Amino acid sequence: MPTVSVKRDLLFEALGQKYTDEEFDELCFEFGLELDEITSEKEILIREQGGEKAEGASDVVLYKIDVPANRYDLLCLEGLVRGLQVFKEKLEAPRYKRVSPADGGEPQRLVITEETASVRPHAVAAVLRNITFTQERYESFIELQEKLHQNICRKRTLVAIGTHDLDTISGPFTYTAKPPGEIRFKPLSQSREYTAAELMSLYKTDSHLRHYLHIIENEPLYPIIYDSNGIVLSMPPIINGDHSKISLNTKNIFIECTATDLTKAKITLDMVVTMFSVYCDEPFTVEEAEVVYPDGRLSVYPELAYRTETLSGDFINKRVGINESAESIAQLLTRMCLRSEVSGEGDLIQVEIPPTRADVIHACDIMEDAAIAYGFNNIVRSTPRTYTVANQCSEEDIADKLRKNITETRAVHISNPKTADFQVARTSLLPGLLKTIAANRKMPLPLKLFEISDVVLKDETKDVGARNNRRLCAVYYNKSPGFEVIHGLLDRVMQLLDVKPGRNQGYHIQAAEDSTFFPGRCAEIFSCGKSIGHLGVLHPDVISRFELTMPCSAIDIDIEPFL
Amino acid sequence: MADNGLLESVLRLVEKVDGGTDSQDVAADLGVDHQVIVGAVKSLQALGEVISAEQKSSRHWELTGEGREIAEQGSHEARVFNAIPDEGLPQNQLMKMPSGKVGFSKAMSNKWIRLDKAHEGGPRVFKTVEAIEDTVRDKLQLVQKGQSAKLEDKEKNELKKRKLLSEVTVKSYWITKGSSFSTTITKQETELTPEMIASGSWKEKKFKPYNFEAMGVAPDCGHLHPLMKVRTQFRQIFLEMGFTEMPTNNFIESSFWNFDSLFQPQQHPARDQHDTFFISDPALAHEFPQDYLERVKKVHSEGGYGSQGYKYDWKIEEAQKNLLRTHTTAVSARMLYKLAQQKFTPVKYFSIDRVFRNETLDATHLAEFHQIEGVVADYGLTLGNLMGILHQFFTKLGLKKWVEVGNSGVFRPEMLLPMGLPEGVSVIAWGLSLERYVDTHT
Repeated sequence: MPTVSVKRDLLFEALGQKYTDEEFDELCFEFGLELDEITSEKEILIREQGGEKAEGASDVVLYKIDVPANRYDLLCLEGLVRGLQVFKEKLEAPRYKRVSPADGGEPQRLVITEETASVRPHAVAAVLRNITFTQERYESFIELQEKLHQNICRKRTLVAIGTHDLDTISGPFTYTAKPPGEIRFKPLSQSREYTAAELMSLYKTDSHLRHYLHIIENEPLYPIIYDSNGIVLSMPPIINGDHSKISLNTKNIFIECTATDLTKAKITLDMVVTMFSVYCDEPFTVEEAEVVYPDGRLSVYPELAYRTETLSGDFINKRVGINESAESIAQLLTRMCLRSEVSGEGDLIQVEIPPTRADVIHACDIMEDAAIAYGFNNIVRSTPRTYTVANQCSEEDIADKLRKNITETRAVHISNPKTADFQVARTSLLPGLLKTIAANRKMPLPLKLFEISDVVLKDETKDVGARNNRRLCAVYYNKSPGFEVIHGLLDRVMQLLDVKPGRNQGYHIQAAEDSTFFPGRCAEIFSCGKSIGHLGVLHPDVISRFELTMPCSAIDIDIEPFL
Repeated sequence: MADNGLLESVLRLVEKVDGGTDSQDVAADLGVDHQVIVGAVKSLQALGEVISAEQKSSRHWELTGEGREIAEQGSHEARVFNAIPDEGLPQNQLMKMPSGKVGFSKAMSNKWIRLDKAHEGGPRVFKTVEAIEDTVRDKLQLVQKGQSAKLEDKEKNELKKRKLLSEVTVKSYWITKGSSFSTTITKQETELTPEMIASGSWKEKKFKPYNFEAMGVAPDCGHLHPLMKVRTQFRQIFLEMGFTEMPTNNFIESSFWNFDSLFQPQQHPARDQHDTFFISDPALAHEFPQDYLERVKKVHSEGGYGSQGYKYDWKIEEAQKNLLRTHTTAVSARMLYKLAQQKFTPVKYFSIDRVFRNETLDATHLAEFHQIEGVVADYGLTLGNLMGILHQFFTKLGLKKWVEVGNSGVFRPEMLLPMGLPEGVSVIAWGLSLERYVDTHT
């Protein structure tokens, strides 16, 4: 769950009300959020880096609020405040409008060339006109971009956002891709120009940017956006140019989002403009921008689309388990920024889904919001009248394995193991037991351990190419190997499974050779004529390799035939 | 057990004394080490109320090893003094003597000797007085004789600083007659024997009291892993609530069943290398129910069944990637699909089995853990039903604060309808981690 950090006092100021911590915690919970932590910059530094580093850090109280991962409209203070105000019916959800440039001027234009097709083909753009920033608004603006980058933009791999002071650049803008050696500009926060290739090495040590280099590093052409005078706006997804950087005095912002997923780019752009257009002279208006594709297609952004779904009050009541009138449900939904009206026909409700709610993709999402607004704690708990008769694990598909050749051990390999210990899905329970003994060498002897669990074997007949195999493994570790103890265990297990000793219908053991066991001290176990495993004294090499010092005997059998 | 003879000697001493006696005195009288008497006291105590012994601790002064040496041979400074002939002694020679260094500075501060630095042939040490009194030795000898009380505390602390004396705490016992005091020890039997029963001799014997504070002999038996014990508990609860166990014996799963069939988009962060373990061999799954796969592809990329979908390019190559399952919900998906291929009947399923997540390992997070999952599928289930079932489940478990322990929800139509489940059917599910529960409740 993403966590949004907001200054408590700013939050209360925007909400127009003060809350105690408990009251705010309650409010969050009602709305479907979680107040995760109340802290301050100072406390965070103390915790992460120690007392000295925290000297002089801010004491301002911060609220860390957990929001659902698909609620891109709650990732900044502006969005949270808006959502909460509408929820508490203190505010009507604003109507976001795309407008043409004032005085009949030409919209800003971004032209995409065909070179971008192989590396990052899509782009969208928009303009925020006559915006007023304060220090807090500016920081919130930057922070939202970062949150979106981490979240819907999938760490900039799907979408990257660039925001620019429009008054420092002039369109039409060109989005193209060039060989790294041919790109040269002064990036944000640097004092001189660099080529793209130089930037790749420069940012290798940057704790923030180095995680994004891989996205374009090995491409023959790097994406780059220029204005009509050849000034670099940005090199997505890495860094913006210094020239067009935004300051507190910026009045007009040009926003571009480049992407490998167009749908997500549109949603991202919509989020940035809906959240921050509140600070424009004409609040909630966004000036259009045109994007031209290599094939000449022209699209106008931002989309800011509103869409309508019609559903019945009955649908909501049935799914949630409540009994509200259509009017009442319409009101609940409106509180969740889903403006709704009873349509007049029966109990049908027209629900309008705004561009800020890209997470609503099906009527069931609308139902969920109705339930949240109603209050989960207000829903009566009831037991489903589902009548069923239960079974323990079905023996069916295990029986088909009776015909399999179980002694073939072909291991399944993990491609991204956590550590060397995780390279292969285990094909035997024995190593795990021996490692446990090694970790408990100081315990009084004898050590007797067993495990009944699954191992994984390759199997081409299965759709995924592998299957589990239920096995029993036991070890006895003592000053003397104790073969008779392990043998006794086998006898007892067979007794419990109702398998009598005997060559044909029962079980028997006979001498065998197996590299894991000491020669002459190993036997293969047969049940109903089929081999199910081995028992014996472990080979001294095996014992030493697990850093053990005492003799050890073990049994390792497949128990699926008996299930 | 101390020798009976010694015990009886101790008893006789105690008998003679009116109030009581200190064990140290007993040791002195009988001429044995104090520790031996302590042993005797303990043995006597074990016999019952023969004596009553109260522990006391007393402190007294003792000579250290160096102290003893000085008591015998004289203090360093005295030895230095006595070693200087009338014509004096070169300093460097003096310093080479065993007590030289220590004794020299002490003797100087006592003004017993003087140093002539300018003497020809090198600095030379001379006596300043005719004779001296080795007070340090005298004091030590007093302590040795047990007369440390004659010395003032200040003097004793001085010597302690010089590491010649040490204060020792001695724990001794104040022994008095007990309620069943007698000077004879009757031999105590440890156990009843068959012979005693046969002959009836047990009537005349005294038996050693049992120590009920000690532990018994642990029976030779095996034990289940705590996780397995709790797993059994959960299994019981599910079975009692009418849930059928799902076969979860496949750790390896395809991305299709683990993610796509559950309507989790292919670009979702959980499908990252950082959260999931992928398989290099066998890397790809090769068999899928083809019609169903097409429907899943459509709902992801175009929408349908009343949904907008995710509107991205769905790729078969992503879906084919094998992985170590990240949740047992993949098994639930398989079961629901199977259910949808026949005439639908309401079901309640559960599973408790291992899942794998590529998480940062620390004291409370493992890469492998056990997930508990419950699924109910029926017509017309509501959110109220979900909460009702959860309430029942966690009540049976005895858990009050269950909100933070697990997750729950209703499966989306984008997941159920492509499988072919009838429209009015709702499926609710919930899960928690076995380890987390065991962690907080054992």
